[in-house]
Amino acid sequence: MLESATAPVSARHAAAPGKAPLLAVRDLEAWYGESHVLHGVTFDVGEGEVVTLLGRNGAGKTTTLKSIIGIMGRRKGSIAYDGTETIGLASRNIARLGIGYVPEERGIFASLSVYENLTLPPQIKPGGMPVDQIYELFPNLKERSGSQGTKLSGGEQQMLAIGRILRTGAKLLLLDEPTEGLAPVIVQQIGRTIERLKSEGYTIILVEQNFRFAQTVADRHYVVEQGRVIDMIPNAELDANIDKLHGYLGV
Amino acid sequence: MFTIFGVPSAALFGQLLLGLINGSFYAILSLGLAVIFGLLNIINFTHGAQYMMGAFVAWMSLTYLGIGYWWALLLAPIVVGAFGVLLERVLIRRLYDLDHLYGLLLTFGLALIIQGLFRNQYGVSGLPYGIPRELTGGQNLGFMFLPNYRGWVIVASLIVCLFTWFVIETTKLGAYLRAATENPTLVQAFGVNVPLLITLTYGFGVGLAALAGVLAAPIYSVNPNMGADLIIVVFAVVVIGGMGSILGSVITGFGLGLVEGLTKVFYPEASATVIFVIMVLVLLVKPAGLFGRTA
Ligand SMILES: Nc1ncnc2c1ncn2[C@@H]1O[C@H](COP(=O)(O)OP(=O)(O)O)[C@@H](O)[C@H]1O
Ligand SMILES: [Mg+2]
Repeated sequence: MLESATAPVSARHAAAPGKAPLLAVRDLEAWYGESHVLHGVTFDVGEGEVVTLLGRNGAGKTTTLKSIIGIMGRRKGSIAYDGTETIGLASRNIARLGIGYVPEERGIFASLSVYENLTLPPQIKPGGMPVDQIYELFPNLKERSGSQGTKLSGGEQQMLAIGRILRTGAKLLLLDEPTEGLAPVIVQQIGRTIERLKSEGYTIILVEQNFRFAQTVADRHYVVEQGRVIDMIPNAELDANIDKLHGYLGV
Repeated sequence: MFTIFGVPSAALFGQLLLGLINGSFYAILSLGLAVIFGLLNIINFTHGAQYMMGAFVAWMSLTYLGIGYWWALLLAPIVVGAFGVLLERVLIRRLYDLDHLYGLLLTFGLALIIQGLFRNQYGVSGLPYGIPRELTGGQNLGFMFLPNYRGWVIVASLIVCLFTWFVIETTKLGAYLRAATENPTLVQAFGVNVPLLITLTYGFGVGLAALAGVLAAPIYSVNPNMGADLIIVVFAVVVIGGMGSILGSVITGFGLGLVEGLTKVFYPEASATVIFVIMVLVLLVKPAGLFGRTA
């Protein structure tokens, strides 16, 4: 195997040993205008893994996802996807490498129907899910395919936001708080969806406030605090570390 | 011959026809402005000059190259649209991150420069451009005489407006345009080349203005100031219809043309100002315009 171009990282930031990570984030910094919010974020995600970013409000989780997909105005450091350095690329070219993004505010378009929203993102790689299969996953979307996108309930909008990136052939999914503000039964449905996507080989970065939910779907958890990744907890060790985690999250 | 409210019917229908003709130009021009404003967030003050350029491309093609009206309908939007693409790539693009005001100043300045250049070259007296042979003559409709060319202008502009609306509302390209109008960053994060979409949209809006210019050439004389006079009224139409509303701009364009025509019959003194009076009233009651969405 070729030597990785990226610097070695401490073990607590590394993915499964022996295999190059699908996504390698190194010393990532990012700014909103003059305001410096990420101060060196470092973590790895292995292919087929589900990892979460946990942390208090304002820790920098959303900003980390925005930096990965390339919509932060100013960012530096290194983000390598499947061996390709993306830090200097425009977001449309990053997406085309095979990354799908579900923003925290869901980003459903009011002037598009549900079907138009679903089919808006262009196919970027072969192997995307056909629309029929997405409808199978989220039957509500099929029933309401002709409605205006923003007329859907919050849960349905979340399903639409996830469904529309499954069509594109993206292999790495960035999900920003997909369960935020949703009823428990919908949270469960989204949990089942994430499990199914994992079993189909998708790689997922999940931003969550609700670590009880995160625990049901994730392999590993990264803790974000003040613009840095400060810890990594394997899912199996989450219960043993629960006090530490409470401390991090302030619950 | 009969009368309506004491007005001879021929005069009434004549003015309504004139109103519809003017409305046709209002509709195409405000449609282009609405599409551009929606995606670029720029009020394209160069629109009137680009309309004038369309008429001049038709005149020049005929005078220097012997290319007639029907080809000019195709050629002028392409030539002037390409000029628009160049403007967007070289100049307008630099202003997206700045205040609206800069875009307004730039496009207004460009309009002055373009009109000045054409005035230097061609003067202000106006150049004649004939009605194409196929559309000379007219129809006696019983209640009025309809010159063929004027009928054509109304039909052509309706077709252009409906076609544009259809493309925006029902096609994939239109979905990209609508989505990017709402949230360009997210559309770009899906892998869509939004900067290219913006350039093409500007080129398309400008092309519409040029098409209107060709349609206008046989009716009004081809004149460097023809756009400057018209565009002020068109801006009022856009404000009344609601900035950025596609269908609103078309309906308002035709509707206000008719209102203007009626005013000429019943109260001619107000015909030059009626649109601005309506604009003030609409702004007072519904600041976002008749079809505008309040954000
Ligand atoms: N658009 C913005 N402009 C300026 N500062 C922002 C913006 N969005 C977020 N921030 C700031 O950046 C920091 C990180 O925010 P964010 O990444 O959204 O946190 P999280 O998703 O972890 O709650 C916070 O201090 C927040 O106030
Ligand atoms: Mg967030």
